[in-house]
Amino acid sequence: MKNLLYRHETYVFLAIIIFVTVVSIINPAFFTLENFFDLLKSASLMGTFAIGMLFVLISGGIDISFTAIATVSGYTIAVLLLRIGDSLNIFLVFLIAALIGIALGMINALIIHNFKIPSIITTIATQNIFYGILTVITTGTWLYGFPKWFGDFATIRAFTFYTSEGVPYGLSIVSVIWIALILISWFILKYTVLGRGIYAMGGNTLSAQRAGFNLFGLTLFVYSWMGLMAGIGSVIQALLVQTVAPNSLVGKEMDVIAAVVLGGASMAGGSGSVLGMILGVTMISILGNGMTIMRVPAIWYNVVIGLVIIVSVGASAYRRKIFTRRKVITETTSAGGQSAA
Amino acid sequence: MAEPFIRMTQVSKHYAGVTALDNVDFELQEDEIHCLVGENGSGKSTLIKIISGTVDADPGSRMEIQGERIHSHKAIDAIDRGIQVIYQDLSLFPNLTVAENIALGEFVSEHRRLVSWKDLTKIAERAMARIDVDLELNAQVSEISIADQQLVAICRALTRDVRLIIMDEPTASLTRREIESLLSVVKDMKSKGIATLFVSHKLNEVFQIADRISVLRDGKMVDVFPSQEIDEEKLTHLMTGKKVEYQSFTMAPNGSKPILETRALSRESEYANINFKLFPGEILGITGLLGSGRTELALSLFGITRPDNGEIIFEGRPVKIRNIQDAMRLGIAYVPEDRLVQGLVNEQPVGDNLIITIIDLLVNRFKLLDRTKRKKNIEQWIDGLDIKVPSVSSPVRTLSGGNQQRIVLAKWISTNPKILILDGPTIGIDVAAKFAIHEIIRDLARQGIAIILISEEVPEVYNNCNRILVMRKGCIIKEFDTSQVSVDHIQEFVNGTY
Repeated sequence: MKNLLYRHETYVFLAIIIFVTVVSIINPAFFTLENFFDLLKSASLMGTFAIGMLFVLISGGIDISFTAIATVSGYTIAVLLLRIGDSLNIFLVFLIAALIGIALGMINALIIHNFKIPSIITTIATQNIFYGILTVITTGTWLYGFPKWFGDFATIRAFTFYTSEGVPYGLSIVSVIWIALILISWFILKYTVLGRGIYAMGGNTLSAQRAGFNLFGLTLFVYSWMGLMAGIGSVIQALLVQTVAPNSLVGKEMDVIAAVVLGGASMAGGSGSVLGMILGVTMISILGNGMTIMRVPAIWYNVVIGLVIIVSVGASAYRRKIFTRRKVITETTSAGGQSAA
Repeated sequence: MAEPFIRMTQVSKHYAGVTALDNVDFELQEDEIHCLVGENGSGKSTLIKIISGTVDADPGSRMEIQGERIHSHKAIDAIDRGIQVIYQDLSLFPNLTVAENIALGEFVSEHRRLVSWKDLTKIAERAMARIDVDLELNAQVSEISIADQQLVAICRALTRDVRLIIMDEPTASLTRREIESLLSVVKDMKSKGIATLFVSHKLNEVFQIADRISVLRDGKMVDVFPSQEIDEEKLTHLMTGKKVEYQSFTMAPNGSKPILETRALSRESEYANINFKLFPGEILGITGLLGSGRTELALSLFGITRPDNGEIIFEGRPVKIRNIQDAMRLGIAYVPEDRLVQGLVNEQPVGDNLIITIIDLLVNRFKLLDRTKRKKNIEQWIDGLDIKVPSVSSPVRTLSGGNQQRIVLAKWISTNPKILILDGPTIGIDVAAKFAIHEIIRDLARQGIAIILISEEVPEVYNNCNRILVMRKGCIIKEFDTSQVSVDHIQEFVNGTY
């Protein structure tokens, strides 16, 4: 119980419950299964990016370039879908996007590791380079009119319900993909030496090196993983809106970082959990959705997000401070007791 | 003699033109406790780093482990050959649990891919059983005490088939009692066939456990001795290359009026009912174990924390010290315990660190920084305290501990304090530099500054102070006049064995 109170996740969870209750009272349409699946579907894009960001933040780095990576891979598959769409299938599309994402992520890792340039600077630079080159080549043209099979895949549901008006809804394939990625990530972080190594590196890089971890390997994995998530995310985005616009993602990095930080990941590295990331993404998603349902003007969205982050992270940090102080005091008194014995 | 575990011949290391090690020969036997002593900058750390594979020696250096010539020696190779290092900073992962900290390295070196939490716990428990300690395995390391963290680091080293444990200044942040138990752990490991390379400044510890002692000075190996064949004086002489005469300081305070007095000063869970007087020109010692309230009291006198109850009387009138600015206005200066974290801006040049406390005075009539004044001031301090720096623009982190401490001192002395509080001023610096710092402190007392010297080392306060306050569990349990008692007597009070 004490442990539960100490965890950051608990506070985000409580905040979500409170928010959901309030919105549901104001508009009962919010708390329906239909809206739930809808939310889950639209959260999948940010959620996929957030998985990559979680790994990067735990390792002690940050990646600003993932939206540009996603844009490059999204645009590439869009062009391929339009040119040779009939000879492709969904697996090939995911594979191509994944490979592009991993390749660009590796570039980040190589620069960060070899030149010891802070990740934030490296990825700001590569974001500009990736996105800049794409803009030069594409001149910002939107792409749409993908093959029918690509549109059909997006409507697959794991199970289906019908509203009273007969409209089908259910767990979208997109959400299934996100959930699968979550499970894989959870396994990697919790049950592999690689995953614990990422925590170790984020907690104390020098110690990780001394313990025999291969820092280059870890860095390479983390940024490639972020790239992979960006690649997969770009396909999810294309599936969701059936359009690829070069400017639709770049600029949204902060929302993703905010969601992961809200979930308890530290910008200083070493901490963060899959559960927290899910809660952070949930919080940010329902804020948007809930505000729309409550008919709050969209221009207030950013203000509210900012406030939620400050209150949530602040409350948790404050609790931690109190906890640590109490801890120091009991330790001091018990140490004193021992020496008197 | 049997084949040594490690034999190093003609090992050198240069860093960007600086010679860290110069043709060093070194041998370590299979089951000995070997102490490595030397001043800061003598090359001890570099030698350790080469043995542990985190730094490559220069080409031409030769190293053999168990008779086998070593060519490529990376950290993981060292670990595979049974060499484990416990670094001064302990090198733990603050964000992971005790169990993970102990066992994770084992998983890495076994090239495991998956983490079995059951195995992890088992490995940690086995390591703890080897030295009979009991730690909460699921506690996060950032939340346990330093002494426990040290045990975690030792347990981690014991998870593998370890042949040699290297300990770099392991006792720097431990209390007396904890040091004793650490030393017994080291002896215990020896009986199990594990060699220890023990690096320490504290010569009394060295003599207590060493089989042999190697002395490094200026990157050269001066000599190696069995520990029975050498005494402390000679060892100090070899380390520093000069004879150190040491005399205790006894100086009566001038004036009968205290400059500072506290009445029933208390702060919840930190210290309680503190009454003492401080006179100008005296050095008042405060000693006690870690957590006895000595540092907490100092923090309140300097306005970093506020007492809950009681009075502080400064020059005869009651004052409130609400923050550091208040303290500085009264003329109180504080040199913190952890100079690296609290006292210096490590990446900034020496010069800027020196003048940071008085920077607001070094201005011209336009209130802009006056470069000439700045330069003059910096030079004055570097000369005055004999600080050895390559240049005033080199970053502070490049200096040795002793020189860093002088900079911290200079920084505060330059504010012309009436009261100077020194918290562990010689922690982690070597013998010669220690004496030099003491000389500076005494000189300041002679000039009439009232000094509070806080130290865990009873001999340090004993040799420098007129009066000593012993703190335990947040209270002053005894006041001593140093001319009346012996060091050992005070030590017993500190330990609580009296």
